Amino acid sequence: MNFPLLWIIPALPLAAVGLNLLIGDRLGKRGTAWLACGAVGLAFAFAVRAVLRLAGLPEADRTIVENAYTWMRVGDFSASVAFLLDPLSAVMCLVVTGVGFLIHVYSVGYMAHDPSFRRFFLYLNLFMFAMLTLVLADNFLLMFVGWEGVGLCSYLLIGFWYERPSAAEAGKKAFVMNRIGDFGFILGMLLLFAWGGSLQYDRLFAIAPHVFVKGAAAITIATLLLFLGATGKSAQIPLYTWLPDAMEGPTPVSALIHAATMVTAGVYMVARCHPLFLLAPASLETVAVVGAATALFAATIGLAQNDIKRVLAYSTVSQLGYMFMACGVGAFTAGIFHLMTHAFFKALLFLGAGSVIHALSDEQDLRRMGGLAGKLPWTHGTMLVATLAIAGIPPLAGFFSKDEILSRAFASGHSGVWLVGLVGAALTAFYMFRLYILAFRGPSRLSHEAEHHLHESPPSMIIPLVVLAALSAVGGLVGQPMQEGGHLFERWMRPVFEGAGGEAAAPLSPRTEWTLIALSVAAAALGIYGAYRTYLVEPGLAARLRERLRAFHQAVLHKYWIDELYDALVVAPVYHLSQRLWRFWDERIVDGMVNGVAYTFEGVSALLRLFQTGFVGTYALFFTLGVLVILIELGRR
Amino acid sequence: MIPASWSLLLSAVVFTIGVIGVLVRRNAIVIFMSVELMLNSGNLAFVAFARQLNSLDGQVFVFFVMTVAAAEVAVGLAIIVNLFRLRESVFVDEINLLKG
Repeated sequence: MNFPLLWIIPALPLAAVGLNLLIGDRLGKRGTAWLACGAVGLAFAFAVRAVLRLAGLPEADRTIVENAYTWMRVGDFSASVAFLLDPLSAVMCLVVTGVGFLIHVYSVGYMAHDPSFRRFFLYLNLFMFAMLTLVLADNFLLMFVGWEGVGLCSYLLIGFWYERPSAAEAGKKAFVMNRIGDFGFILGMLLLFAWGGSLQYDRLFAIAPHVFVKGAAAITIATLLLFLGATGKSAQIPLYTWLPDAMEGPTPVSALIHAATMVTAGVYMVARCHPLFLLAPASLETVAVVGAATALFAATIGLAQNDIKRVLAYSTVSQLGYMFMACGVGAFTAGIFHLMTHAFFKALLFLGAGSVIHALSDEQDLRRMGGLAGKLPWTHGTMLVATLAIAGIPPLAGFFSKDEILSRAFASGHSGVWLVGLVGAALTAFYMFRLYILAFRGPSRLSHEAEHHLHESPPSMIIPLVVLAALSAVGGLVGQPMQEGGHLFERWMRPVFEGAGGEAAAPLSPRTEWTLIALSVAAAALGIYGAYRTYLVEPGLAARLRERLRAFHQAVLHKYWIDELYDALVVAPVYHLSQRLWRFWDERIVDGMVNGVAYTFEGVSALLRLFQTGFVGTYALFFTLGVLVILIELGRR
Repeated sequence: MIPASWSLLLSAVVFTIGVIGVLVRRNAIVIFMSVELMLNSGNLAFVAFARQLNSLDGQVFVFFVMTVAAAEVAVGLAIIVNLFRLRESVFVDEINLLKG
């Protein structure tokens, strides 16, 4: 049976977009919801089917390439819309469709009262299409199509409530920042094409070791440019400031795009290009350092934020830093593993936060929450699971993946990176439990209004929470450490990352490994205990700490003034330069030229129109005079 | 026999009268008649030359000119009639809407 295997997966959400555009107004909210969720659910089913088929193949040739059609062919160059399924894109594809489906279902409840219900699902489905194109693409060009597509959808969905100026601003900011990254991506892609002669992964990766000398400037520049693209999309230093602002979008969007899927595209891209990065040790080192720095930096900012979604946003930036850290030390499997578990628990955290916000009639400030545990039992239970998971408490998902990253970093000799990661882990546990305690424990600080309307969310929102909680709880078990021949996830990934640097690093002795595990659990426990002491047991302690660490608190509260710095260093000069260019070059020179031509013609015409009097007699006179002149001229010859 | 130059002189005089008529008269019908004068002065010149050169060509041309003149009169008069219906005037100096 030659039934479509891969192209159908992105095509389904696209078809839903088309149907929604054509007949969406006749479907009503119910129909739209069924259409949107059905398409993504079906895409998930097809993805499962494709992955099962992939798993049925022998380990050595677990790649399925499906050529949908040839896009263009110019000389030797040809680009096709071809899809590639290998263990890496299989994981991405399952995460995107699976978590995406749950979030679609959740959105039906969350957006139920929004007047732009249909537009929301239109964008959401379009996003699914673009994201699936990105992860399933078999060449850089098609990946770039998806890459830009998700950027567009991100922009549209951040600015979904465009009548709020802050949302429109945030959308614009995200788009522009992503463009900066994309610029790097394009340049990197073109350099690779210029030197490698192909944009298709397998060909380019096969030829790369012959074209590039390991560590040469060329490959280093190309991979650094690619990584610049990744920092834009995945919100790493220096291009991370758009992600916290992206929280202006509806919460399901934050969960889907700005936590679980789109922002991980950069990690995916680096992992996908690992044969290139391995040729450029300096680039890998940069990835590791940037990842570690971002992980710590964002975690400290997360300590003092009061908006529940912003805490989660900085947490996302920080966790993405961990993923890059893993890729940077060559532990690509660990990075992708963390990407997967992070998709589970971070999507759950965002959806839980959305459920809280929903219950409190759009209250997002942690200072006006508290004591919600009894009122929202389901939300509370699932949020607790996710918080424990991200804090890295065994045996929840986050523990396994984070621990693997840390031990890999240690094993590959990056002890500085490891230490930063460990401190980051303690901070993560602290700010996550701060969020949990401020929202669910302690006395209620709700406004009277919010207290009155307090209600648990509808089943369509609770069920995805429960499923994600289950995944966050057991999702890490595929990656238990210290197993003979590597754990399940590692064995699955082996065909892709065979022989990649850190993967092949000598395994640690069980004793070292146990010590590392104990240390990371201790760090998490320390963070949790700190938050517990500060925010629950000793109510005055938080204020005293704020007083004591005044400078630090001010710095993190204002996000190290990075936004202001960027405004002063980049935005303002560009703005003023553009203003000048507009006033001078555009209005004077360009418009002047166009208008000058028009004025010339106008003046000449004004003269000529004097001849057109409207009197037939005058015309006859001119005519006669003209004939006379001709006759005289002829007569003189 | 009357020399051809006399006929040509007459033709020139008639033509000039026609031109001046077209230029100075206000009444569209009179202008039209002046145009006819010009055409017929041309015819006269044709005939005169035909006789002088012993060729029938000129006379044949006259027939063509007369045909064209008849057609032109039909169209022209129709325009003038319509103009009169519209503006109740055939004076060309009163009709000057189409100007720059």
